[in-house]
Amino acid sequence: MGARLQIEIGLTVDGAERRLLVDTRSTLLDALRDRLGVTSPKKGCDHGQCGSCTVLLDGRRHLTCLTLAAAADGREVVTAAGIGPDHGRGGLHPVQQAFLRHDALQCGYCTPGQVCSAVGMLAEAAAEEVTLDDAEIRERMSGNLCRCGAYVNILAALRDVARSEGTG
Amino acid sequence: MSSVGSPLLRVDGQQKVTGEATYTMDHHTADPLHGWLVQSTVAKGRVTAVHADRALEHGGVVSVIDHTNAPRLADTDDLELAVLQGDRVRFRGQVVACVLAETPEAARHGAELVRVEYDEEAADVAFREAAATLRPDELDPDNDADTMQGDVEAALADAAHVVDQTYRTPFEHNNPMEPHATLAHWHGDPDSDEGHVLTVCTSTQSVHGVAASLARILGIDAGKIRVVASYVGGGFGSKGLPHCHDAVAVLAARTTGGRPVKLAVTRQQMFALTGYRTATIQRVRLGADQDGRLTAIDHRSLEQTSTSKQFVEESALVTRSMYAAGSRRTSHRVALLDVAVPSWMRAPGEMPGAYALESAMDELAVVLGIDPVELRIRNDTQTDPESGKPFSSRRLVECLRLGAERFGWSRRDARPGASRDGDWLVGLGMAAASYPANVFPGNRATVRALEPGRFVVEIGAVDIGTGAWTVLGQIAAAALGAEPDDVEMRIGDTSYPKASVAGGSSGTASWGTAITSAVAAFRKEHGDDPHPGDETTADAERSSDLEHYATHSYGAHFVEARVHRLTGEVRVPRMLGVFSAGRVVNPVTARSQFIGAMTMGLSAALLEESWRDPRYGHVVTQDLATYHVAAHADVRDLEAVWLDEDDFRVTPMGARGIGEIGIVGSPAAVANAVHHATGIRIRDLPITPDKLLARFDG
Repeated sequence: MGARLQIEIGLTVDGAERRLLVDTRSTLLDALRDRLGVTSPKKGCDHGQCGSCTVLLDGRRHLTCLTLAAAADGREVVTAAGIGPDHGRGGLHPVQQAFLRHDALQCGYCTPGQVCSAVGMLAEAAAEEVTLDDAEIRERMSGNLCRCGAYVNILAALRDVARSEGTG
Repeated sequence: MSSVGSPLLRVDGQQKVTGEATYTMDHHTADPLHGWLVQSTVAKGRVTAVHADRALEHGGVVSVIDHTNAPRLADTDDLELAVLQGDRVRFRGQVVACVLAETPEAARHGAELVRVEYDEEAADVAFREAAATLRPDELDPDNDADTMQGDVEAALADAAHVVDQTYRTPFEHNNPMEPHATLAHWHGDPDSDEGHVLTVCTSTQSVHGVAASLARILGIDAGKIRVVASYVGGGFGSKGLPHCHDAVAVLAARTTGGRPVKLAVTRQQMFALTGYRTATIQRVRLGADQDGRLTAIDHRSLEQTSTSKQFVEESALVTRSMYAAGSRRTSHRVALLDVAVPSWMRAPGEMPGAYALESAMDELAVVLGIDPVELRIRNDTQTDPESGKPFSSRRLVECLRLGAERFGWSRRDARPGASRDGDWLVGLGMAAASYPANVFPGNRATVRALEPGRFVVEIGAVDIGTGAWTVLGQIAAAALGAEPDDVEMRIGDTSYPKASVAGGSSGTASWGTAITSAVAAFRKEHGDDPHPGDETTADAERSSDLEHYATHSYGAHFVEARVHRLTGEVRVPRMLGVFSAGRVVNPVTARSQFIGAMTMGLSAALLEESWRDPRYGHVVTQDLATYHVAAHADVRDLEAVWLDEDDFRVTPMGARGIGEIGIVGSPAAVANAVHHATGIRIRDLPITPDKLLARFDG
């Protein structure tokens, strides 16, 4: 690979500063997974159609398969592995705990994306002063597909969290 | 057996909510090469040249493997797996080359630079009723293509009431969230005696099945191949058998001097390479007496399959045991087309078949003026109509009655189109369901004692999201008289004893029987106070009752549908499934399976359809933006309940399978509810707004 095809970028990933050389064609998803070994975000479609690759990018939910790594220089990435207290070292995020309680997953492949999307949604609702009733949660989570069909349980989990956080 | 029946939370849940679970492409491998598939752009013909020069000049590209330079396979009978072995193209999208490169980006770019020339031939790709004339030798696995009892034509001629309708179901793609992927690594000489020489991580429903298939095509002993699938991101049948990418990865890795090859199938490629459900055209004729008792059932299914491999969707199978009727006939005919290879998709056969049969039953209820629940109760049978065997357990009527009661069925006005809420037409529909209680042969398990009171149990099963990891631990703990925490369950690796596929709703029954047998053998050999390290491996003891009884699970689906009178949009605010599936080992994971399959049934009823290009036969809706599956906002109040029961004739745990029955009948229940809401009968899935709008008055 010619040098002209590579660029050095810096990312903060789950609290850790990382510097890496990336192919200018690389998506943020591939850079995380293949260059940094951060495999929590999953590749379900590579076209921004399924939500499995969702992370929090500078605090907002974001599809990493639709983002060029070169364009993410200097930004902060939080994956489902680092979304809990103390970048994940201090246990699970309340959303993750609720997912376990309600069995809001089966194969688990879409789950890291669902978790990040849900955490992003809760922050959006708080900022927008929107009440997260069932219809609102379903609508706002519809960018994250689950082929196992865990939607009913995901809703139950997020209803729990929204209520305990005062946004539901 | 206290731990069987407990609502234990999923043991692999924490790894999944953090994303730390390692699916195939998450495995770290030192110094891999990355593969990218090149697919044919013609449907039929011969490859006359593969120009790899531009690809090889591209930075990072290491090699281009095509049919002229790929290693030879020992067995090429299975044309789906016999990749890169010849110049023949049998469908558009077939793999004609594989690019290996230092990075995925370079491999992908390289694949675009490969230029393939073809000698193209005229292809037959359109599924037409008139072309479906071939009688298959047998269905999958070993059922006759046709069955007949009595005189169907005479019974129909004499019947007081007859329904004669044709139902169509579309091409559908499984689309598990994890795309298929394979990591292959040759680390030894196949001719040596050094144990396994090839390690394959692949997203599969059957590690031992993949090892056996690869051993056959490679001409080496299965013991030389280790297949690992620790976590699998769904399969729904599409990972039940190895597909061509597994063979490509293994062949490609043979050429790298020992470097591993990582090969990911893209979402788009999955639509051509990893199986799908064929479209069906099903004619159902029902004859009934004045009281609604069936006298004749005729169910004939026309389908298509591929010239590469004949897979037949066994759509009329469900009709063979569902209802009593003196005269009965089922048949399957297929058209052989130059198209991608169809395969298993959740409840292959039963799902489209029950849509047709249960829609026809609803039509018969309307003709007779009998409540559809009551019509099914009147036609229940306690003897399997075709085999004459008794059922191990058949509690369909209880499912129907309990569902009707819980759903508020008695408040339903029988007249279609009678209920409205503003611009929404409201209807209630139902359908019955059954699915065979499969217990597959070829299972064994190992039990080993650790420190006092703790055990390891090993079986080469796979958890594709079903909860097998959790549930098998519960079965083992119950058999050992231990707590689930004291049993370490090991699965997902051919290093563990042989196990059958996670398919056909057979996993818990087949693997659980092996574990129960192994525990009994362990206790016999080592007693109640074993020493650390004591171990026993034993085969599953097959219940002799399986030969003497017809074994099925049953269910009843109830659906409320709302149809917008101006847009034709269908919404499903309520869906209830009531199931009789033997003993439920874990109510948490079982409920997830039931509601998950019902969600897929709802998705099939309203959304899913693969559209083919009529010239080349490939799928043009080859992504998740154009192949629609149910999203969060499509699923409202959806619940599953089950009867408290056990069926010890099928398994020592009393359990039958549960993974597929939720998708059987649920599409018909939706269609029947749409009819009740509107008076319009849609006889081809999915029920999209255009079909309803075309039938609205004014």
